[in-house]
Amino acid sequence: MSTETPARSADALRKDDDTSAPAKGAGAVGAVASWVDERTGTAKGFRYLMRKVFPDHWSFMLGEIAMYSLVILLLTGTFLTFWFVPSAGHTVYDGSYEPLKGIAMSEAYASTVDISFDVRGGLIIRQIHHWAALLFIVAIMLHMFRVFFTGAFRKPREINWIIGLTLLMLALVEGFAGYSLPDDLLSGTGLRAAEGFMLSIPVLGSYISYMVFGGGFPGEAIIPRLFTVHVLLLPAIIVGLFTAHIILVMVHKHTQYPGPGRTEKNVVGFPMMPVYIAKAGGFFFIVFGITALIAGLVTINPIWAYGPYEPTQVTAGSQPDWYMGFADGALRLLPGFLEFDLLGRTWSFNIFLGAIALIPVLFTIAGAYPFLEAWITGDKREHHILDRPRNAPTRTALGMAAISFYAVLFFAAGNDIMAIKLHLSINDITNILRLSAVILPPLVFWVTKRICLSLQRRDRDLVLHGRETGRIVRTADGRFFEAHEPLDAHTRWRLVAFESNRPLELPEGSDSNGVRRMGAAKQRLRTRLSGFWFNDRIEAVTPAELAAAHHRGEYEALEAAAVEDSHPQEFGGHLHGGAEEIGTSHAYGHLEEEKSDR
Amino acid sequence: MSFLAARRRHPAAIVLVLLLGLVVTGGLYTALAPKDAKAATATADDVKAGKDLFLANCASCHGTNANGTAAGPSLVGVGAAAVDFQVGTGRMPLTQPGVQAQRNKVTMDATETKQLAAYVASLGPGPAVPATEYTNGNGNIAKGGELFRVNCAMCHNFAGSGGALTRGKFAPSLRNIEGKHIYEAMLTGPQSMPVFNDTNLSPQDKNDVIAYLHNVDNEANAGGHNLGNLGPVSEGMFAWTIGIGLLIGAAVWLGRKAA
Ligand code: HEC
Ligand code: HEM
Repeated sequence: MSTETPARSADALRKDDDTSAPAKGAGAVGAVASWVDERTGTAKGFRYLMRKVFPDHWSFMLGEIAMYSLVILLLTGTFLTFWFVPSAGHTVYDGSYEPLKGIAMSEAYASTVDISFDVRGGLIIRQIHHWAALLFIVAIMLHMFRVFFTGAFRKPREINWIIGLTLLMLALVEGFAGYSLPDDLLSGTGLRAAEGFMLSIPVLGSYISYMVFGGGFPGEAIIPRLFTVHVLLLPAIIVGLFTAHIILVMVHKHTQYPGPGRTEKNVVGFPMMPVYIAKAGGFFFIVFGITALIAGLVTINPIWAYGPYEPTQVTAGSQPDWYMGFADGALRLLPGFLEFDLLGRTWSFNIFLGAIALIPVLFTIAGAYPFLEAWITGDKREHHILDRPRNAPTRTALGMAAISFYAVLFFAAGNDIMAIKLHLSINDITNILRLSAVILPPLVFWVTKRICLSLQRRDRDLVLHGRETGRIVRTADGRFFEAHEPLDAHTRWRLVAFESNRPLELPEGSDSNGVRRMGAAKQRLRTRLSGFWFNDRIEAVTPAELAAAHHRGEYEALEAAAVEDSHPQEFGGHLHGGAEEIGTSHAYGHLEEEKSDR
Repeated sequence: MSFLAARRRHPAAIVLVLLLGLVVTGGLYTALAPKDAKAATATADDVKAGKDLFLANCASCHGTNANGTAAGPSLVGVGAAAVDFQVGTGRMPLTQPGVQAQRNKVTMDATETKQLAAYVASLGPGPAVPATEYTNGNGNIAKGGELFRVNCAMCHNFAGSGGALTRGKFAPSLRNIEGKHIYEAMLTGPQSMPVFNDTNLSPQDKNDVIAYLHNVDNEANAGGHNLGNLGPVSEGMFAWTIGIGLLIGAAVWLGRKAA
């Protein structure tokens, strides 16, 4: 699977390992580089970075889309701060947008209308900023799904999973803070809703609300406070965590999909310099270009049409941006009887559960998953080769079930829009979605798991019997059979290179003296979970099975060597390929550098 | 003066004072209250022709004397404005019963509508068809926008794109509606809509609202395609389909390109 030309072999990559000072006249760049290096000693780190190898797959670029969107957000956001006035102070509009002339509004709103109509290029920058925010979080979530379904969260990447989740949560809050700033009718309504959410917190609610708003709603404090949070606090934390995230990717090295030559101890792909840098740089401009194109053609958040916020006004179809939709949807689905009076107080669990409790609960479950799975499998090894989703049926099914639950909540947030666009009753839609929230996840779990198992069976079939050619062959004695074409070794590798966990056996409940063992209950739980995860499983084809299949005469032509080569377990758990092996199995034990194959 | 002073504790005094107060406020009110924005009046012939039309098209539901049946409400006192709105927007005659009468193909021409309106108006006093000076949309757009957001947007959405009500009912889209019909809807409160009478929104206010809605119809989209002016839901749909679709497409394309 070498993707490099011989001219760019590992030797060529090493040529700048040369530690002697560059000769005079080595070029301006070299001179500057060594000048900097002599004073900072950064050349070594730089070389380390430049020689990182990245595997190529489109799904690995989802994280990059998020990264570039973040950069776009930082750039355009900075532009917006030059004109935005984070103040709730009163003013009367006198700009060039006729339909608002003479209307009383806050300075924050007036300045946003000015950015849209009176600052040159202001509107397109506003729209790029907002579209980038939506796409940023879409990309983060898809990136997270990729990491989940391929098992990239397994040891040693659990920390990065947690950092990633934190980034996602911060991005949600950052987005909310952002669209609350312009003080238009929609954002004010969102803040009003947020105040209601805080008030639903038992006992503490009113104190928290007064603290956040600096008194009663809306007050004058919230906009400047949100501004600080949105342009300083959260971006700083996000950029910091993101840096840690990327450094960890460098340290762990990127994972790769299974394939010949790819092992748990190498990375097959392009070196950072020059190939990956060129590709990644190009991709940045593509992402920026597409975002700008969308922003130029499609309106987002037309605050001038919403009008300024007045607590007495509200518009039909008041929704948050999509990434907060699931919480809004949960509110719309929660039944009203969850609000009740007790001890002379009103307890609004119909709001509290959806608006306050939901997000931490979902994030805790997601954060716990890698550890739960590791505990159940008891797998302490490092994993740098990704799972194909079908080869981890229970995990894939659980992920799809979680996504279906999320999707139900998400669609519920648009129940009114669905009602008018589909000419249905909003009450029916809500009831159907309530039911779906309960029924759909188990159903999706079951269906996904069946699909995964069938796909695995099909893979086995392919490996054992080859591809159906549709060619009917008549034998000398007059029998007919369809000719099957054996898979080539490369294709076969992808289909057999996985391990399938077996369910744990329940250990003896008590030791030989009849004393109950410590932690027996825990062990039983673990065994039960392990059964749930792994009772239904399809094992990869072993070389012996393959040989047996061939022996039955299906395709003699295959050499035994290829057969042997195709099964990873033959080699003490290591995948074996054409790549050079490096270092020990410890992720931090081979920080020096890695090599592409060849 | 002593005549009045002597009798100020007379039992009838309080009644007199009250009466006086009522007459004064009533008189002031009629003097100051905004005038109805009436259009031309109808003739007796119109009423007669209207009655015939009514018997042929409407009586099956509204009753032969327009005082209502199980299939349709009484029309006594709904006024010419209600008929002009319901018939002029094709809602009446109702083609099939449903949760709510919807805008439809108009089946009556202008004269027939006028005659029907004259007949219904003759049954009892009710709001008249407004004069064009209050329905031409020459009002103040900014003021109309504010009035619209205070009174209408919670059901019809900020740009009059429409919104859902309970059990399949809905506030319809207000895009490209004749000024007269916007006015009449406010005046008569059709279906689930509340009435905004002239003390609530004066004829001039109503004309401002019309100006605002017409501006929404005609305004250039400053930011590009407006995705139906439905708010963040349509934006989210766009981001999840076309937006990320383009980006992933680019990623796949770039991934295919060998370095
Ligand atoms: C199929 C039955 C049916 C027919 C035919 C019908 N209507 Fe109606 N009409 C209704 C119903 C039902 C309502 C109440 C509608 C609602 O609230 O959604 C109504 C409401 C009205 C109203 C509004 C009353 C109000 O309180 O403002 C007017 C005016 C009216 N109809 C006029 C007419 C006229 C004029 C015709 C004949 C051209 C007609 N209708 C034919 C069933 C009918
Ligand atoms: C601000 C948001 C985020 C940005 C900018 C970001 C960016 C990136 C980038 C560029 C990579 C390397 C390329 C790739 O595999 O896609 C990466 C890897 C990774 N990310 Fe994220 N990410 C973010 C959020 C998340 C989230 C929400 C999760 C999961 C909860 C996550 C978990 C991971 C993991 C485990 C890896 C290593 C993957 C591997 O090596 O296969 N990240 N991230």
